[in-house]
Amino acid sequence: MPGPRSGKMEKPKNPLKTFKKIFNYIGAYKWQLLIVIFATIGSVAANLIGTYMLQNALTIIETYDALTATIEETLARLASQVGIIICVYLSGICCTVLSSRLVLNIQTGTLRKFREDMFEKMERLPIRYFDTRTNGEIMARYTTDTDAIREMISNGIPSIINSSLTIIGAFTLMLIFSPLLTLFVIGMLILMLVAVTIVGGKGSKYFIRQQASIANVNGYIEEYISGQKVVQVFCREDQVKEGFAKLNDEHCKTATSAQTFAHILMPIMGNLSYINYVVTAVVGAVLVVNGKMDGVATLIPFLTLSRQFSMPLTQISQQFNGILSALAGAERIFALMEEPPEVDNGYVTLVNAIIDENGNVTESAERTGKWAWKHYHKADDTTTYVELKGAVEFENVVFGYEENKTVLNGVSLYARPGQKIALVGSTGAGKTTITNLINRFYDVPDGKIRYDGININKIKKDDLRRSLAMVLQDTHLFTGTVRENIRYGNLNATDEQIERAAKLANAHDFITLMPDGYDTIINADGSNLSQGQRQLLSIARAAVADPPVLILDEATSSIDTRTEALIEQGMDKLMEGRTVFVIAHRLSIVRNAHAILVMENGQIIERGNHDQLIAQRGKYYQLYNGMFELS
Amino acid sequence: MAINRARKKDDEEPFKIDFKKISFKEFFSCVKGYGVPTVLAPIFIIMEVIFEVLIPMVMQKLIDQGIGNGTTPPNMTIVWTQGAIMLVLAFGALITGALSARFAAVASQGFGKNLRKKLFDAVQSFSFRNVDKFSHGSLITRLTTDVTFIQNTFMMLIRIAFRSPIMFLFSLTMAVSINWKLSLVFLAIAPIMVLGIAIVGSIVFPLFGKMFKKFDNMNSRLQENLRAIRVVKSFVRENHETESFRKTAADIQRAQVRAERVMVYGQPMVQLCMYVCMVCVIWFGGSMVLNGTGMTLGELNTFISYNNQILMSLLMVAITFVNIFMSMQSAARTSEVLSEYPDINDDHADAELQVEDSSITFENVNFGYNGGEDKYVLKNVNLQINAGETIGIIGGTGSSKTTLVQLIPRLYDVSTGSVKVGGRDIRDYKIRTLRDSVAMVLQKNVLFSGTIKENLKWGNDNATDEEIESACKVAQAHDFVMSFPDGYATDLGQGGVNVSGGQKQRLCIARALIKKPKIMILDDSTSAVDTATDARIRRAFREELKGTTVIIIAQRISSISDCDKIIVMDKGVITDIGTHAELYEKSKIYREVCISQQKGVE
Repeated sequence: MPGPRSGKMEKPKNPLKTFKKIFNYIGAYKWQLLIVIFATIGSVAANLIGTYMLQNALTIIETYDALTATIEETLARLASQVGIIICVYLSGICCTVLSSRLVLNIQTGTLRKFREDMFEKMERLPIRYFDTRTNGEIMARYTTDTDAIREMISNGIPSIINSSLTIIGAFTLMLIFSPLLTLFVIGMLILMLVAVTIVGGKGSKYFIRQQASIANVNGYIEEYISGQKVVQVFCREDQVKEGFAKLNDEHCKTATSAQTFAHILMPIMGNLSYINYVVTAVVGAVLVVNGKMDGVATLIPFLTLSRQFSMPLTQISQQFNGILSALAGAERIFALMEEPPEVDNGYVTLVNAIIDENGNVTESAERTGKWAWKHYHKADDTTTYVELKGAVEFENVVFGYEENKTVLNGVSLYARPGQKIALVGSTGAGKTTITNLINRFYDVPDGKIRYDGININKIKKDDLRRSLAMVLQDTHLFTGTVRENIRYGNLNATDEQIERAAKLANAHDFITLMPDGYDTIINADGSNLSQGQRQLLSIARAAVADPPVLILDEATSSIDTRTEALIEQGMDKLMEGRTVFVIAHRLSIVRNAHAILVMENGQIIERGNHDQLIAQRGKYYQLYNGMFELS
Repeated sequence: MAINRARKKDDEEPFKIDFKKISFKEFFSCVKGYGVPTVLAPIFIIMEVIFEVLIPMVMQKLIDQGIGNGTTPPNMTIVWTQGAIMLVLAFGALITGALSARFAAVASQGFGKNLRKKLFDAVQSFSFRNVDKFSHGSLITRLTTDVTFIQNTFMMLIRIAFRSPIMFLFSLTMAVSINWKLSLVFLAIAPIMVLGIAIVGSIVFPLFGKMFKKFDNMNSRLQENLRAIRVVKSFVRENHETESFRKTAADIQRAQVRAERVMVYGQPMVQLCMYVCMVCVIWFGGSMVLNGTGMTLGELNTFISYNNQILMSLLMVAITFVNIFMSMQSAARTSEVLSEYPDINDDHADAELQVEDSSITFENVNFGYNGGEDKYVLKNVNLQINAGETIGIIGGTGSSKTTLVQLIPRLYDVSTGSVKVGGRDIRDYKIRTLRDSVAMVLQKNVLFSGTIKENLKWGNDNATDEEIESACKVAQAHDFVMSFPDGYATDLGQGGVNVSGGQKQRLCIARALIKKPKIMILDDSTSAVDTATDARIRRAFREELKGTTVIIIAQRISSISDCDKIIVMDKGVITDIGTHAELYEKSKIYREVCISQQKGVE
């Protein structure tokens, strides 16, 4: 799938706004963050002061004069100086530990919140969101993009703060020592900045190209390794290799440039700082000669400080790319979170009900096995109860996934409670769309679809869906035991209920043959089950939910015809007393439906039971006699 | 480090490495073509180190003798000369450093390119069995993530692995030459530091392993949820899913804190060592200077400069070791691919031999995907297919229909017995010769990104437009292709996403037809095509492919009922062979399948 690849570099569109939003997340830790900032200041200060103190210690030794002080006295002064240095360094280390520990807290906590919020929001998104994106694309929000933010919080921001503080601190101290000399240093600093901007800028440009070319290479690898068997069958190995070599060479070129710029910065900046040192020393010496400066007390510590610039500058420029891609990633994450969730203005709810012999429905607090729709009418402030039966009605429904492209063109149908309705037609005729609408995966204008006579847009989505069960062609089981998977249909189901459902779906036999029976762990990719077995399990899952309406969308397509004949009984039992919508390619399972609807181009072109349709000698008749088959 | 690297599931012990598996020779040969930069990068690095080591000496002289200790005015001559020397050294370091960065980039990217190419080519030579052994996903990881990892390590190897030890040695030499007694400080501190790093490392590795596992866990949960989003929503399990994801997220946080906490406490230890060193040097050195016992202030100052260089380079050496160690796992995994011997090859082939006719014979064929007589999935198959016949194969899932036909173009080699095409054992032909005459449309077929025409030309690069069109007409693909605005120039997108299942199958058939093969195998290749079209394809086959042997595997009886011979398979054994009418009489399985599809004998 051509989803966005890892590390795809995009410039963030609104970095400031995104940064603010990230900060809102980090804001939950504002006290810890405050401590981090102070601790960082502390550790930077300790480092600078330590450097200065060290110089002081040397000055003590340097200015030792046997005439004014004894060796012992000087040693004592040295000792106290060393003691101070130890204290400064130790407090620096404490500050570092404190801030890194807190940053770890903040980082992992923020990321956890990010992931949780993202997931929660995602679960609320309409099906349309998932239908219009690849899974890989959505996954990237949790992997690559979150990772970039992690990198930014744990490395990028601290290192930029640290570097900036170091630069500011060193600069301030230098100003104190000699404002005049600082001017010269500023000159050198500008030179360094220019170097960083040029090299870093070029690096950025090649970095983006490198990301694009590695995406090409990896995409090619994915495509042709997945299709390697086809390559073999056609003896195309040489051509495929050639194609790969071309992309690989191209990537090598861009990556070499990108890497060169990334690694060249260090020696350039490091040595520029030496050059800076020389220039400063020469100018300083001239100043000292002219008596404008004290060589020992001022010039030497000044020189030491002037060397503190290059590292932080280099670091800032190296973090730059990372922060840009983190912001771009965060932007995509927030886009997911800000996606409008599924709308649900439904207020008709599903309640347990007691139905007396006269058909009067009353609400019950306990489980009664009967259900009713609780319908509150605002107009006259009354509440009515309608028994849940499973009648579904479509009235002239027109629907399209995209504007100006309708998939259903005026579909009307009526399914009485307990009826089996079959939908037959080619791919794209609109069969699955009908089930998408009953479930309100997609919404249609008001009043067009009614469930037990109630406009489904008025029914609370969760309650509506609870009253329906779907068995899809793609089974989608979850990692876990067989039992857990069946129980997914009804979290309160007892083990007996689960077993009964499995028997109904004809799954009990093969389950008991598995190593741990109902407690056998199945993988999500279901490598330990055949496709047919997976479908049986998902039928059992629907059975345990025990809803009045059942939708079977190609539910038995992967079960071969012989096995299908075997489970037909179970299926019939499952369908008994329920309203069932069956979508099938094979006509064998639709034969005994109460009504068969033949669809074409979003319209129902024929309807009736099997015998009627055969007698009609229309499309269904042709289908049935193999004169025409569905695509 | 990207935490969410795609990782193989079966990494139980993420940092357990089997060194025997690593083929260093293979990696060494990847330097080919980039030997010069690979050698120059460390040379320039060494030169840079020399310059860098000399700079503090000059710097000291500049300060000591030039600027002086305040008692005498600065000596400008010395300031100028030493300044000039230092400038030269700094420029030297800058240029050599930049050059080494450049050469290292060229060398490591070249190395990565060669390695990637080598792996890709190796995979292209793999047989089906080789590929099955690794699985596609794991091969892709090896070619992407693992290669990047190894490439970074190579870069490190030719830069840092030279720079740090040499820096360490030079600086230490300088320090010892200034004052060997004071150097004993390093001797005391360095082992403590190394030991500390080793201890932190040994605690951290397994913790990181656990953390990666938690990430794998989260990713697979996410995948599952996304794939099953319709199930989640239709059973109204959003809250249930969110709750269990919260647990996963909390798990990750715990594992991450547990692992990275050790780093937080471990890192300052290194800092502490450096500071202790510094303080010791000042104290002992300072006393020596004051007592006048064998050290000047200038020397002490220089010594302090080297102090940092020595400890920093020691730290870098340790980090390099850790990185090399960690990439060994990637090295082992890629070596595995490189050392995999393609088990289907031309070793016994006669290069001149051509496929004479399209008859196929199976003689006492037994076959199992992985060894062992008891694991045979094809048992004692004897079969004679005459040239030009149309053969249908039918049987339930797991009856080894696909396995049987895959033996014909040698996608797998028989375990015992032999398969003959045109009267000769297929192992006598060159693979290319054989596969050029045997076209097979796979069950799980793929189209590649590119236009329809480009895809069709896979069958024959030199195919003319007329040939392509006529193949498409036979496969009943021409009409829908022409219905696209761009016709044959329509771009398919990766994986052929722009065509429907049935259309894709028809294109795959056309692609195989363009080869003009002697034998054509269709493995359930029309399952998504409607019966009418399917029938038209078969009719076209009969008319256009006279003399071509056609083998059709199908689920639908209607797809094969008019074949010359139908083979019924069950659990790896051929149970019956005959025409439709014959089989309906004598084969119970066949009859059951017919009845289940509700299509009696015409």
